[in-house]
Amino acid sequence: MKIPNKISSSEITDPAVYFNRRRFIQAGILAASAVATGLVYRRLNPVGSGEVNTPVIQGLTKPDSASADTSGFRVNEPETSLDDITHYNNFYEFSTDKEGVAPAAAGFDTKGWQVSVEGLVQKPRVFDLDDLLKISPPEERVYRMRCVEAWSMVIPWVGYSLSKLLNVVEPLSGAKYVAFETLLDSRRMPGQRSGVLDWPYVEGLRMDEAMHPLAILASGIYGRALPPQDGAPIRLVVPWKYGFKGIKSIVKIKLTATQPRTTWNEEAPNEYGFYANVNPHVDHPRWSQATEQRIGESGRRPTLMFNGYEEEVGHLYAGMDLRKYF
Amino acid sequence: MRGEDSSAMKENDIRFAKLLILINGVVPLALLSWDAAHHHLGANPPNFAILTTGMTTLVFLMLTMAVTPVRKITGWNWLLSFRRMLGLFAFFYACVHFLLFFSLDRSFSISSTLTEMLKRKYLILGSTALLVMVPLAITSTNGMIKRLGGKRWRALHRLAYVAAIAGVVHYYMQVKADVRQPLVFAAMLTMLLGYRLLDKWQPRKPAPAAHPAIKSKLEA
Repeated sequence: MKIPNKISSSEITDPAVYFNRRRFIQAGILAASAVATGLVYRRLNPVGSGEVNTPVIQGLTKPDSASADTSGFRVNEPETSLDDITHYNNFYEFSTDKEGVAPAAAGFDTKGWQVSVEGLVQKPRVFDLDDLLKISPPEERVYRMRCVEAWSMVIPWVGYSLSKLLNVVEPLSGAKYVAFETLLDSRRMPGQRSGVLDWPYVEGLRMDEAMHPLAILASGIYGRALPPQDGAPIRLVVPWKYGFKGIKSIVKIKLTATQPRTTWNEEAPNEYGFYANVNPHVDHPRWSQATEQRIGESGRRPTLMFNGYEEEVGHLYAGMDLRKYF
Repeated sequence: MRGEDSSAMKENDIRFAKLLILINGVVPLALLSWDAAHHHLGANPPNFAILTTGMTTLVFLMLTMAVTPVRKITGWNWLLSFRRMLGLFAFFYACVHFLLFFSLDRSFSISSTLTEMLKRKYLILGSTALLVMVPLAITSTNGMIKRLGGKRWRALHRLAYVAAIAGVVHYYMQVKADVRQPLVFAAMLTMLLGYRLLDKWQPRKPAPAAHPAIKSKLEA
């Protein structure tokens, strides 16, 4: 094993120099490894941020303060920043990472978007998006948004009451529910290539819920068209229900006689009900719903019954056991 | 003469490698603190910090548990001298993780922390993992290894498996639908525990000769 020592003593590096070089190399390895660990950390824990350049919506009407405060159209709490609203999204069609939805959805093409309104209606129709948006002038609605994951935002939506659209197609008397469906296109929505949910995403409301003025079809936030990550070009917002009821990128609305199936309910029936009304007294089987992290605030807020819209919508559920119909 | 020289070099290398682990182990906390100070933790900083420290804990638990299989497969016995440090980092991040939950999620309320911890299955598992690591951290010193004796010490420190299993299930249970990341940890854990089972059933091969510098620790 021993190699004959052929190196003459004059060639041996002076120990002082050798150890200096050694130190130098070690410092280099330390720095390089720390940078590498830092990069791994950054990769595993991405943080989202970025600009929103969608077109400004023209002719926006803001509710006057007196009527807004009594109708629930404008909540009197600080609005969540546009950056947070557009970089913390649950939209599994693009990514299951909330901070990763915005980059994954960038460039989502909504040209030629159509929404089919069908089922138990007098006048079924496939709307071009522009025609759909012309049904009623865009209004600003500042709503609380409570996610089932126990965080919340205050979002200035742009949209109009869903009832306006439903009135246009004239529901038949047998229509008891409204079913909604998201676009199914794994080329444009790469998250649909994974089997994490049963695509397309579907949601539903009872007819009286759908006709409530607080339930809106939203096409914008902060006076701009919806960016892809928030459900472009058109989505549902039902402020007294958990956020997952607010189905995004809608292509189909169908009025039905029976309760439609809904995606999260099928995924985990014991955890997500059809109604999914915000309710601090009925916990998620795995976590508490009593408090919420308001995005942009440091402490937690108590969660309000029906997300603070009890006065407006409480009567819809009179006599119902909300523990059973969660 | 030669042997002594090279063993001195090895001592040096081990010291350097320990420094390497120390520096890299601090990197996640340093970046997290830096980002927090610069308001760069995204939209939900409490959640981000809790999730990040939890993941870091799991990473260190996996690294700790990887030492023995890698050492046995490669014969690199010197790896053993890093196990304590990796384990202590896992414990450290678990403590930070818990303190962040206590302060940011439960607003320093002891009663709400305790009721939540007893009510939620995933929190029972998380607390189990943390509590189990406490005696392991306490008995991690050379003095304690001597006092307990190698056999008892090793038996006690098998609790690390309990901490790792509870930790991974704790993570899995909170995920809404996309369980890919927890499953990656579960797969790693299965491999690390599976290796130990296989190793136990296989006929004993003569252990690779330990380096003198750590032989004493192996025999401790």
